[in-house]
Amino acid sequence: MGMTMSQKILAAHAGLDSVKAGQLIEANLDMVLGNDITSPVAINVFNDGNASSVFDNSKIAMVMDHFTPNKDIKAAEQCAQVRRFADKYDIKNFFDVGQMGIEHALLPEKGLVGPGSLCIGADSHTCTYGALGAFSTGVGSTDMAAGMISGKAWFKVPSAIKFVLTGKPAPFISGKDVILHIIGKIGVDGALYRSMEFFGDGLQYLNIDDRLCIANMAIEAGAKNGIFPVDDITREYIKDRFKGEPKEYFADDDAEYDEEYVIDLSTLRPTVAFPHLPENARTVDEIGETEVKIDQAVIGSCTNGRISDLRAAAEILKGKKVAKGVRCIIIPGTQNVYLQAMHEGLFDIFIEAGAVVSTPTCGPCLGGHMGILAKGEKAISTTNRNFVGRMGHVESEVYLASPAVAAASAVKGYITDPAKV
Amino acid sequence: MKAHGTVHKYGDNVDTDVIIPARYLNTSSHKELASHCMEDIDIDFTKKVKDGDIMVAEKNFGCGSSREHAPIAIKASGISCVIASTFARIFYRNSINIGLPILECDAAAKEIKAGDDVEVDFDTGVITDNTTGKTYQAEPFPPFIQGIIKDGGLINHVTKQA
Repeated sequence: MGMTMSQKILAAHAGLDSVKAGQLIEANLDMVLGNDITSPVAINVFNDGNASSVFDNSKIAMVMDHFTPNKDIKAAEQCAQVRRFADKYDIKNFFDVGQMGIEHALLPEKGLVGPGSLCIGADSHTCTYGALGAFSTGVGSTDMAAGMISGKAWFKVPSAIKFVLTGKPAPFISGKDVILHIIGKIGVDGALYRSMEFFGDGLQYLNIDDRLCIANMAIEAGAKNGIFPVDDITREYIKDRFKGEPKEYFADDDAEYDEEYVIDLSTLRPTVAFPHLPENARTVDEIGETEVKIDQAVIGSCTNGRISDLRAAAEILKGKKVAKGVRCIIIPGTQNVYLQAMHEGLFDIFIEAGAVVSTPTCGPCLGGHMGILAKGEKAISTTNRNFVGRMGHVESEVYLASPAVAAASAVKGYITDPAKV
Repeated sequence: MKAHGTVHKYGDNVDTDVIIPARYLNTSSHKELASHCMEDIDIDFTKKVKDGDIMVAEKNFGCGSSREHAPIAIKASGISCVIASTFARIFYRNSINIGLPILECDAAAKEIKAGDDVEVDFDTGVITDNTTGKTYQAEPFPPFIQGIIKDGGLINHVTKQA
């Protein structure tokens, strides 16, 4: 029996010739990640376990991105705890304010993950790096602590669902529309415990930022990981960037998949996930022109805070104004994205349109800071979750969409098709 | 090992943001996290929960974030066991790693009601609803996971191997 891409990476890191779905294995890790929320819990566990060293100080990354720049005294204390730990154990990839970006935008950009890597991260969106042909999955803080100590983690080898993407997407259709469409189809537990593996001639039309966005939201379908085969688009991206040795793994011809979906990208329409689950997908054609009046638009996050995302937003906002009564908040994912957007003149467009530009932070995505919603308020957001109370008050609402839809909606004041702005 | 308590019942897709809202993630204090447990879905939970009580929910319990604060908050609030039709995978791992007993049992998850008096035998996986008199058989843990539980959680398991 052949293996999937995910199974091959797991087998290689477990020192096995082959693995099969359901098998429990222990595998060697190339990267162990934590942030300012999950690292403190991991450090407590590390200390409670009387650990006195880390397995490899270059294979641990700690990124202060969620509640930073420190939103309050407690958040400041958490960052201080991580800073002390990073200093004590000489953690090479500790990213503090000034160097940090949103972790899942930052690690690929810094070349800390790449084709064939096996990564765990104490953050559910660690699945993002599958875009580069890595096996990468979210875990909790105790797994992070155990990974920091031993360099290993246990895995139940997942079975997989195959997604064959065909055709060329129309203008304004991005990776976000693809993944919201898929989650709308299979549901928030449609890929529970399994891999989502992407194939097809449509991949040539999805740039790295689109793929990072799609893999990022694999967890929103319950998946263990999402993964793309390495191609020239990947190779071009990792060139002069990836610090490791890239290894390309392709699924065997006789690899077994639980299910297969064929998705014609040319038929996709701009898609919005309504409250309070990412599976509540509707195309813009199914939304009345004045059906959803918004109070806020957020463009950023580990899902859509990359340069292509900001360019897509700028294309819409250029020469236009954010509607009266709408707060439009733009959050570049990393310092590099920030610089690039600034040099390209995107900030002039944003600020002249009446939007604000923030330093990189997860901020409002999880209701931390930098754009919390009041009771009854509605936001269109390029983030990844629209659960009850996610961005603020328990009676506020979040609608998930692409940067183009979010920017267009900010201009109209209502959720709208970007083609209509 | 056994659990015995009153049931707190929830539906499908209970996410980690309602189990412990992110606005409280600026602390890792178990007690403080417990004081906000389930706040956005069941405002009275922390007032009515008693030590040993059992949480029952339907499919995809614990979906969303990887925050270990979620099973920590549930455990620290006094809950002795969570029964669900299915668990989101990171929540499942985290619960085992921190020693919060969880059981997958679709029939029990669907039929047991809020306020029922329920007993769970972790050795056999048998769930008994004393209120209705019905019993259910949950899926037992694979031996590998039983090993982690026996060692008192993942860190003890890892340090024992080292």
